[in-house]
Amino acid sequence: MEEKDILVKVEGLSKKFCKDLKTSLWYGVKDLFSNATGNKDQRLLRPKEFWAVKDISFELKRGECLGLIGHNGAGKSTLLKILNGLINPDAGKITIRGRVGALIELGAGFNPILSGRENIYNNGAILGFTKQEIDDKIEGIIDFSEIREFIDMPVQNYSSGMKVRLGFAIAAQMEPDVLIIDEVLAVGDLGFVLKCFKTIDTILPNTAIVFVSHSMPMVSRICNQIILMDRGEAKFQGVDVPKAIDMYYTRFVDNDSNVVFDDGNFELEKVAFIEPRLIEDGIPQLNWGDDFNLKFRFKTKENTEVPAIFVSIFDKEQRPVAIFDANNDESGIVLVNNILEFKISHKEIQLSKGIYSINISLVKMKNKEPLFRVNGVLSFQILHKEESWPPFFLKSNFENC
Amino acid sequence: MALETKIYQKENNLHFGRLLKDSLRDIYSSLFLAKQLAVRDIKAQYRQSYLGILWAFITPLATAMVWIVLNSSGAVKISATGLPYPLYVISGTLIWSILTDAINSPMQSTNSAKGILSKINFPKEALVISGIYKLLFNILPKLVILIIFMVFYGVSFQASMLLFPFVILAAIFCGTTLGFFITPIGMLYTDVSKVISMALKFLMYASPVVYAIPEKGVLKTLMEWNPLSSILITARDVLMGGTPEYLTYFLIVLGVAVPLFFIGLVLYRISIPIIVERMSA
Repeated sequence: MEEKDILVKVEGLSKKFCKDLKTSLWYGVKDLFSNATGNKDQRLLRPKEFWAVKDISFELKRGECLGLIGHNGAGKSTLLKILNGLINPDAGKITIRGRVGALIELGAGFNPILSGRENIYNNGAILGFTKQEIDDKIEGIIDFSEIREFIDMPVQNYSSGMKVRLGFAIAAQMEPDVLIIDEVLAVGDLGFVLKCFKTIDTILPNTAIVFVSHSMPMVSRICNQIILMDRGEAKFQGVDVPKAIDMYYTRFVDNDSNVVFDDGNFELEKVAFIEPRLIEDGIPQLNWGDDFNLKFRFKTKENTEVPAIFVSIFDKEQRPVAIFDANNDESGIVLVNNILEFKISHKEIQLSKGIYSINISLVKMKNKEPLFRVNGVLSFQILHKEESWPPFFLKSNFENC
Repeated sequence: MALETKIYQKENNLHFGRLLKDSLRDIYSSLFLAKQLAVRDIKAQYRQSYLGILWAFITPLATAMVWIVLNSSGAVKISATGLPYPLYVISGTLIWSILTDAINSPMQSTNSAKGILSKINFPKEALVISGIYKLLFNILPKLVILIIFMVFYGVSFQASMLLFPFVILAAIFCGTTLGFFITPIGMLYTDVSKVISMALKFLMYASPVVYAIPEKGVLKTLMEWNPLSSILITARDVLMGGTPEYLTYFLIVLGVAVPLFFIGLVLYRISIPIIVERMSA
């Protein structure tokens, strides 16, 4: 059972911060003294303080990955700093077993004047390597970072992506039991990010990982449990990663549509689902597998010919998910009395559970000249019991053959 | 393989002895890191400068020059020092600069490491040790200057000179000890470093740096009580072959500094997380 031992155990962890610098510094002085006498008293909020992390508990075993998500300022990075032992908690307890590696900021401690090679030695030493270990690993580090050509150039001339490459290459040489990753991989190019994930995949079986990211595809890819933080508290905690991601996105639902292009002729009067099952919080809900029937009504100033109509569906990350085949001359849509009213339908929609939004654009049938375009004319939600991350949840039929 | 277990919590139930043991163990394990940090800083410092190593002694030498001119022009009357005056002043300012550098060293090292302190967990003691390495490195050119002047003024070799390195090490030790106690609050408020640099300027005149201890008066009492004086005088005496008059006081200062050093070390260790929390990086 050694392999499945709990490596990280967090119990009722809280941390408070101060909103005002001068007060914060003064509290710092007080804390220095109370710290020297053992910190036995219970910590309560003093004036101008707030809980940056409040009562977080979790356990993490080897081979598990915990995702920490939440909006900016939710307390994720603070939690990581406490986990890494950089700052002390105000309440609660953390027990960590084994070597801890933290990718909080790659290349922290790089000296801009010195060359990449010299900085490998410095950074390696800060991360706890001996000289011998660095000597052994330096070629591997340079190869991994793919910047051999510039390794003897001062680091101040490196691009931010190159610094991250070098920083990750050094950090990847750690063989940690617990790995803490803050949003550090965002700067690298796609090739490098993929390489990093490959590295993380290879070390994951022997490591407990705490992963902070705003990139939900990454979170859903490597995490098997998740904490959604909001104002320092765990708003959701569990192994249902898609549900947490869904909740995270719901926080950002915005029903505002914006007109991206308008030639002045068309005006969107109405858009609605025909017989939606339910409307909750202003969002129409459809069951997975329902027919998708959307009705639009446009008013025009002048009588023009019928435009080509493109309706597309975007998910909460603004990824385009689907586009409906546009109408053509045979569709038989007509403009009557300056009113363009039509229905677009699709049988048995198989989008996966989640919230989506609809964009519409009208272009001239002949030369595709844009006439009118609105993003986010309508949001809707697909209901299903299965949580899934890919945008489509397709009906399937299995049988022997 | 047994995994090392770390516990982070608000209370520190650890005993002084335990903390000290951890601290000393970390010092030992981070000697390479300390060396690497020191080499990094020294290299970076000199790579961006033409005068390079000269900066280590230009300031104390300039102070010395001012006083030599003041004295030789008769603008300031200085009583007999028992040594050729230029030699007295130069040895005084150089030794004094070693002392003040040592006092400032822990805070400077910690301050310049702000960026990594808030991102990477590493043995913080390495910062202090790297500060000491840098001090030792900067002492070398100062010693060369000192030796040149001693040869010039015909100071002959004496056995007591062999004690000089030990007195200097003691000076660094005492200075660093003082630095430990300044650092935690000094990291929070910039006022502290300003006050310290001002106080050290005043203290210089309350120490026999550029003039000897007067025969009588308030200044005499002040200078004799000033513990830094005892270090300065002893260093100069063993170097110039005089009888170390303040040897007893010097040894008492050193004796007090030893336990204080360890208390300071532990204080530094437990204060860092609080400083990291409050500072920007």
